[in-house]
Amino acid sequence: MNKRDCVIIGGGSAGLAAAIALKKQGIDVLLIEREDELGGILNQCIHNGFGLTRFKEELTGPSYAERMVKAFHELKVEYRINATITHIKPDKTIHYIDEEGVHVVQAKTVLLAMGARERTRGNIQIPGDRPAGVFTAGVAQRYLNKDGLLVGKKVFILGSGDIGLIMARRLTLVKAEVVGVAEIMPYSNGLTRNLIQCLEDYSIPLYLSTTITQIKGRQRVEAIELSRVDENLKPIPETAFWLDVDAVLLSVGLIPDNQLSMMAGIEIDPRSKGPKIGANYETSIPGIFASGNVLHIHDVVDFVSEEGDQAATAILNYLNKREETAETLMLSTDQNFIYALPHTLNPNMHNKLKYRVRRPMHDVRVCLVSKGMVVHSVKKEHLLPAELEMMIIPQKVLAQCENECRLEIHDET
Amino acid sequence: MKHELTCIVCPRGCRIQVWEEEGVHRCEGNQCIRGEVYAIQEVTEPRRMFTSTVQLNGSQLKRCPVVSSSAIKKTDVFKVVDILENVVLEAPVFLNQVVIKNILESGIDIIASRSIKKDAEASD
Repeated sequence: MNKRDCVIIGGGSAGLAAAIALKKQGIDVLLIEREDELGGILNQCIHNGFGLTRFKEELTGPSYAERMVKAFHELKVEYRINATITHIKPDKTIHYIDEEGVHVVQAKTVLLAMGARERTRGNIQIPGDRPAGVFTAGVAQRYLNKDGLLVGKKVFILGSGDIGLIMARRLTLVKAEVVGVAEIMPYSNGLTRNLIQCLEDYSIPLYLSTTITQIKGRQRVEAIELSRVDENLKPIPETAFWLDVDAVLLSVGLIPDNQLSMMAGIEIDPRSKGPKIGANYETSIPGIFASGNVLHIHDVVDFVSEEGDQAATAILNYLNKREETAETLMLSTDQNFIYALPHTLNPNMHNKLKYRVRRPMHDVRVCLVSKGMVVHSVKKEHLLPAELEMMIIPQKVLAQCENECRLEIHDET
Repeated sequence: MKHELTCIVCPRGCRIQVWEEEGVHRCEGNQCIRGEVYAIQEVTEPRRMFTSTVQLNGSQLKRCPVVSSSAIKKTDVFKVVDILENVVLEAPVFLNQVVIKNILESGIDIIASRSIKKDAEASD
């Protein structure tokens, strides 16, 4: 059987960064990618604004990807494209199929870097007909930017996540009419700069506290019914109105793609929807690590690459049998957080926490609490669900904690 | 006249008021100098980075992504769109290859934002 020190699943931002870092240390790496080229979702994100942290310049998605792929090829990392994994077993054997046939690899370590999927119409259950013309925003983006296919001439976008906003501008630039964007929450889920550059610049209306309550159309989408929602997100029937459109884009969130992780029996956090991990990115199965969007959804690719780098360091330590201490601290949160990572902290090093809050908050203090005492805190003027937050917990703080600690939001006043 | 705008330099999103006083622009509401620079640029001559795609032959990929070498005037955006509608690139394409030099006499180039190999199988 083919044996490898490390098999990386996914050739996007996280997988490429990890592959480069591991190969530089002389590790025998095999990277497996499902698509026909490396680079992942970056290849269809033709807008710019990527790389400010990692490369100190603003790149487009394809340029960012190309930089990573170039470094990858210079190191002559082995990889397979057009390859589909059918099985990952807890003993780290991996079965995959490519043009040459069926292969089995025995890996010493595995890095899960499969990225995310988009939530679909099925996930959010819009009533009405089932005509052609309803797409997820990312699929429409791929059709347009790689294949040159336009999904419609009169488009409505449901959800104000960044992909939806970017697509509103993109469609406008190819002279489709973007009739509007609806967001069920009373605030936008996208970055402010995207609201301005993508909607305000082109006078595209944003309907807050509004959702699509019906789709009408025989073969093709003909019209949609929009309704305002109350504070419990329930549509208010008397507010309903119709708009004529020929396509609907859904930008209603991403879900980490963990079908393979679950097949391997890895424990998944129902809140982040990614594997439960320790401070070294190791999942519930020793030797299997996870990083990037498969772990939790990021806003900025630079931090996806960074997670790839850090997972590579952890994999290297594992392969060199640098035993981590068994003692860990369980991290929990109060109800203000959607999730926080990692799930267990390592008291022998600085730990970087990542978290997302449930609703917008102002002038608060994010506190790490242990045994009823605040052991570390950071003041925050603004916290938004749309923005992934990070904080470093110094090692000397964690050394005072025992067994567990909890992340809480306290009023600054 | 007073303009009110939301700063997009950082996530804080300050509401900034900008007005002209004896030929000088003044700002209020910004919490840092970068906000002032943004706000004055935005009311005098707003600029945006431009990205789009152009038609591509000789590859399985049908479009080649392009980017402006620096931010173009907001009022030029649709003029650039019209010019790019008539551009056809042939694979191979190189990263940063100039697609249109000095577009609209602006001193700014439109360049390819990735490289694309020529595809042996691509027939059209």
